[in-house]
Amino acid sequence: MSAVTVENLFMEYDGNPVLERVNLAVAHGTFTAIVGASGCGKSTFLRLLLSQERPTRGAIRIDGEPVAAEPTPDRGIVFQRYSVFPHLTVTENLMLPAELAGSRLFGRLFLGSRRRAREGVTNTLQRIGLWAARDRYPAQLSGGMQQRLAIAQALLMKPKVLLLDEPFGALDPGIRADMHAILLELWREENMTVFMVTHDIGEAFKLATRVLVFDKVRHDPDFPEAYGSTITYDLALTRKDAAPPPRLLNPPLEGGSKAQSAFGEGAAVADGPPPSRTLLAQSPTSPRGGGSMEPRSSRQGAH
Amino acid sequence: MTATLSGSPGKAGGDAVPRPKPPRRRLRLINRKPGRGAVVILGVIPFLLIVGGYLVASALRRAENPQDKLMPSLEAMGRAIVQYAFTPDVRSGDLILWADTAASLTRLGGGLAIAATIALVLGIAIGFLPHARATLAPVVAAISLIPPLSILPILFIIFGLGETAKVALIVIGIAPIMTRSVARAVAEIPQEQIVKAETLGASTWQLVTRVILPQALPHLVTATRLALGPAWIFLISAEAIQATSGLGYQIFLVRRYLAMDVILPYVAWITILAYSFDLALRVLSARAFRWANSAGRGL
Repeated sequence: MSAVTVENLFMEYDGNPVLERVNLAVAHGTFTAIVGASGCGKSTFLRLLLSQERPTRGAIRIDGEPVAAEPTPDRGIVFQRYSVFPHLTVTENLMLPAELAGSRLFGRLFLGSRRRAREGVTNTLQRIGLWAARDRYPAQLSGGMQQRLAIAQALLMKPKVLLLDEPFGALDPGIRADMHAILLELWREENMTVFMVTHDIGEAFKLATRVLVFDKVRHDPDFPEAYGSTITYDLALTRKDAAPPPRLLNPPLEGGSKAQSAFGEGAAVADGPPPSRTLLAQSPTSPRGGGSMEPRSSRQGAH
Repeated sequence: MTATLSGSPGKAGGDAVPRPKPPRRRLRLINRKPGRGAVVILGVIPFLLIVGGYLVASALRRAENPQDKLMPSLEAMGRAIVQYAFTPDVRSGDLILWADTAASLTRLGGGLAIAATIALVLGIAIGFLPHARATLAPVVAAISLIPPLSILPILFIIFGLGETAKVALIVIGIAPIMTRSVARAVAEIPQEQIVKAETLGASTWQLVTRVILPQALPHLVTATRLALGPAWIFLISAEAIQATSGLGYQIFLVRRYLAMDVILPYVAWITILAYSFDLALRVLSARAFRWANSAGRGL
């Protein structure tokens, strides 16, 4: 059963289409990367998945149910920046979901329940390597630490779908590689469906089990805004660890990938070079399922 | 340059050939910075010049006319201070300066507290709730453009000549700009944070209490600091026009007798009070909102 289905999605801003005829079915546990040129609508697509914006037409379903009209805890989000709360320490950032759930009136816990919430995030703090920095404010953390915190915070709600909007775009290349490893381990461990928007093709192929390319299939040279983007390439990547692995009981965070290779027969390690992967399918899904990628004369005419 | 380069390698020291001096370049003015001590000295100089200039001018005037009242001597001002601050008034038995200070600060504090409360509530509503913004933003913007002193007569008519009208003048004078300032700060909280909090299960009210309010408070303190100047203006104006006590009242009262020896210490005292308030708010902000001031620094 598909975890996320998108049916005939259209998105227009002030009559200018950004996305058109987006159809998609994503299986549970898939790590989907979304790439495309600037302005191709990939971030818009992610905002639609999050219900941060509502589509002009079309439907988005998670586990068969239409998504709520506003952001809800079933979809976690990590933005490139501003994902954590600057006025809360690392610990307080992680305690926030428990406090919101435990106190509808104040959104704040006191005394014993507060202490229990604090103890509840101890494990998470140690796993993401922020134990030593637990009492610092986000402004005192490096970019990589902030994003680790943001990812951990988003995962606390156990979302069905984790959405990542260029989460590592502002990080140094070295830090980025570390973050990739952490993200892959969390993905395997939590067995969740991930959508990641990125402008870094290498990152997309390194992390994802499925890569979507957004682009315009129709162009009007006199009126560039006449048509929106859609999914032009849909690449499923075979990778030994692509399917969610057997669940380990409390798999250790460090050396998680080693445990992995013990299961899979010579499993491709997460940071292996992209050429080692084979493309399972390279099917340009043109709007009506036809094969042509040629710019076509419009059936709808200019808007 | 060439002389140095062509020196034989044997002469390791190369002292024999005089190096040409690097051209002495004076730094641009913008790159010449005073040291720590110089900063203090430079800051004190204008004060000394003002005081010194006053003393010289005062001495010259009094040499010409010992009865001169416009520029009293320090001794005369000292006598006035002793009389107003430390000698009970014959008629009321009060220490006049302290009674005036208490009356003025009560009005000022009341006005600031009410204005800050209004600014916080309305500012968050306007900055955060789209419907509240549509409803309230235009009217707050319009009210903020009314010259407050022009409606002082209305306030006296409505509230009478007591304390209420003076506090109301301060509130009306500063609350609209403080509200707009808080609303702007709230509106500038990144949308990402609000969406993130929604995905963590926050309701609108919880968003206000846990995300918006804590981040609005430092801006409220800043807005209050900026409103202190106007608040003093409205306080002194209201007291000058209609009051029976207060710092502004006293200044305008003794103006009839050209009592510069009283007015000047009062003005200095008001300045000290205003500076202390500003300093206190600045320290409060730095202490209470460490997260807003800790960017890039370790704990």
